[in-house]
Amino acid sequence: METRDSIKPRGPIVIDIENITKDYVMGEETVRALRGVSLKIHRNEYIAIMGPSGSGKSTLMNMLGCLDTPTSGRYEFNGKNVAEMNDDELAAIRNREIGFVFQTFNLLPRSTSLRNVELPLIYAGIDPETREQRAAEVLADVGLGDRIHHKPNELSGGQRQRVALMRALMLDPALLLLDEPLGALDPVTRHALQKDLKTIFARLGKTVIMVTHDMGEAAHFAGELILMRDGKIVQRGTLDDLLKRPTDPYVTEFVSAQRSALGSAA
Amino acid sequence: MKALLAAVALTLCGGACAAETLTVGSKRFTESYILGEIVMLTAQRAGEAQAAHRPGLGNTGIVYAALKNGEIDVYPEYTGTIEREILKSTQPLDVDGLNRALQPLGLSAGVPLGFNNTYALAMREDRAQALGIRSVSDLAAHPEVVLGLSQEFIGRADGWPGLKKAYALPHSTPHGLDHGLAYEAIAAGQVDVIDAYTTDAKIGRFKLRVLKDDKLFFPVYDAVLLYRADLPQRLPRTWAALAALRGAFDERRMIALNAEAELNGKSFNEVARGFLGERRAQASGGSFLARLFAPDFWRLAYEHVMLVAVSLFVAIAIGIPLGILAYRVPAARQWVLSAVGVIQTIPSLALFAFLIPLFGKIGTIPALAALFLYALLPIVRNTYSGLADIAPGLRESAVALGLPPDYRLRVIELPLASRAILAGVKTSAVINVGTATIAAFIGAGGFGERIAQGLALNDNATLLAGAVPAAALALLVHGGFELLDRWLMPEGLRDGETPSSI
Repeated sequence: METRDSIKPRGPIVIDIENITKDYVMGEETVRALRGVSLKIHRNEYIAIMGPSGSGKSTLMNMLGCLDTPTSGRYEFNGKNVAEMNDDELAAIRNREIGFVFQTFNLLPRSTSLRNVELPLIYAGIDPETREQRAAEVLADVGLGDRIHHKPNELSGGQRQRVALMRALMLDPALLLLDEPLGALDPVTRHALQKDLKTIFARLGKTVIMVTHDMGEAAHFAGELILMRDGKIVQRGTLDDLLKRPTDPYVTEFVSAQRSALGSAA
Repeated sequence: MKALLAAVALTLCGGACAAETLTVGSKRFTESYILGEIVMLTAQRAGEAQAAHRPGLGNTGIVYAALKNGEIDVYPEYTGTIEREILKSTQPLDVDGLNRALQPLGLSAGVPLGFNNTYALAMREDRAQALGIRSVSDLAAHPEVVLGLSQEFIGRADGWPGLKKAYALPHSTPHGLDHGLAYEAIAAGQVDVIDAYTTDAKIGRFKLRVLKDDKLFFPVYDAVLLYRADLPQRLPRTWAALAALRGAFDERRMIALNAEAELNGKSFNEVARGFLGERRAQASGGSFLARLFAPDFWRLAYEHVMLVAVSLFVAIAIGIPLGILAYRVPAARQWVLSAVGVIQTIPSLALFAFLIPLFGKIGTIPALAALFLYALLPIVRNTYSGLADIAPGLRESAVALGLPPDYRLRVIELPLASRAILAGVKTSAVINVGTATIAAFIGAGGFGERIAQGLALNDNATLLAGAVPAAALALLVHGGFELLDRWLMPEGLRDGETPSSI
């Protein structure tokens, strides 16, 4: 594993954040969700973010995905300073350079697979024939060729998530963010989709960041794992690093909790 | 050639002359309907102007506002009402005195019709006998008798409040009772005393005793015409014909005319024509079915549907943007939702009466405005809640796709909220079909015209001939929207599956 990571060619830096914080005002209270996070991610890196609920994973994903701007700190996406962008510029970046996949799929309930996948293309102003053709192609690529006219409630969970994934990839984004993409699926579907996703990712050659609660899944997809706690990164490294060279007692605690959960499940 | 031009000119003049119109109004009770019809027919016969009758324009306030605003030119009124209700005079005035006070308003009163229709209290003969009550004074010794008085009588200065004081009556102020229903209530023994008019046809029919006004409290209510002061100059021949109605009635004659309409089921038009010595071949009235499909059916249906459709259309055009505003701008939310909510609490007749001076008009325009206001709440609220109830994840994913707010609203959020919005429009439409029946009280037409007439005449067949088609229309509208909903909604979503579970 060490060797695999060390020989992997490192591309240019896609994400460069330095000491960002994020405060949320809830009523009279201010909650600090991120307490100084710094992170560099290169092109083609596969990263998994782990950590307990409330550790700041989702907030970090929102920052990375340009859904929100940090309270303080610096964020450069592909060399552009995101922290200083207005809403329109952020929307443009999300539309063209970032793909988002959610645990709950979030497909339009009344629209067919084809129309769901087409959606980003419609806004990008691509003509109807081309976009329909492209949408049908990518759906066929993931084995949904005979499901393009089905609506989400006529698809299985795994099929829905594939539609959602293809929608996120439609404009060929540089960065793909997945927020517990398999969390809502049953174990069998989950296992099948893990394999599929790995194949798809291997073909794409994109920067992929995924939040997951499952260390096995994290290790399956990602080159490196990031463990978060209380709005901070505790350790970043390969699975082997976390197992053998923990930088903090919490890392060991988290890993053994995952293992015992795995053990009791087996 | 010259002759042809002259003929053309004459035709044009003829057209222009025919455009001269006289509009007669009346209040919402039998006698006023009949007198209005008589005045209209008399004016028509003078051959000078197109005469029209806008019957049953609610109470004094509404018909008086219509006269002042020039919506109508003349209506039958009573001297006591002019003196106290319109001029708010504290001292008795004769006709000259009334006219001096009316002059600055551009109005005149004249042509005394020859009868006095004053207020009176009436009791069932048997009950009055049993209690030994003959005069209003006798009531003071009987605090146990139950009063059933009309809203207007309770509210007027020369009605209940003054009477109670003048006779030192111990009874507390009762709840108002529609005058058309009061006779049924007294016949059924639910009330003992009602207010009545001295020319009321039902006094005889229900065997009522008119209590003697021994302290002469009730003022004289001589029937006269109240008209716009320019009428005699504008239409001299018509005016001459109307002036001939002076002294054409007396109390007994008027009671007889009222009885023809109320007890013999003749239409107001027939009664009026009978009075003027005309006989119409066709007799209306009769069975419910005959009245239901009377010749005015399609006109009333058209008016009713038009009132509902136009007000609903405007309410959709304004209500949906207001709902979006409430959804998008939290600062505006409370204001918008409260404002449309408060409108809904205003009683419809009060809202109509309030809108008449605002528009300076009676009839369709204020009715449409009121119906529009009532239609707003369901549409605004459902648009807002339909948008607010969209699963947060869906909204988030649309944001994540980089779609700008207006595009999200149009392509994602409004379609997701469409079912709720449609339900709001349906509610508004059904409510408006019902509320539009009240619009007849301010002269906007629709099936409410029959309901108003039926109430005034205490004639259930006429009342039902208005209420049944209105109810059928409400069901039709409801069914139509159900079909629309089925047509718009895909099969799989009808079982209540929410977007958040997808």
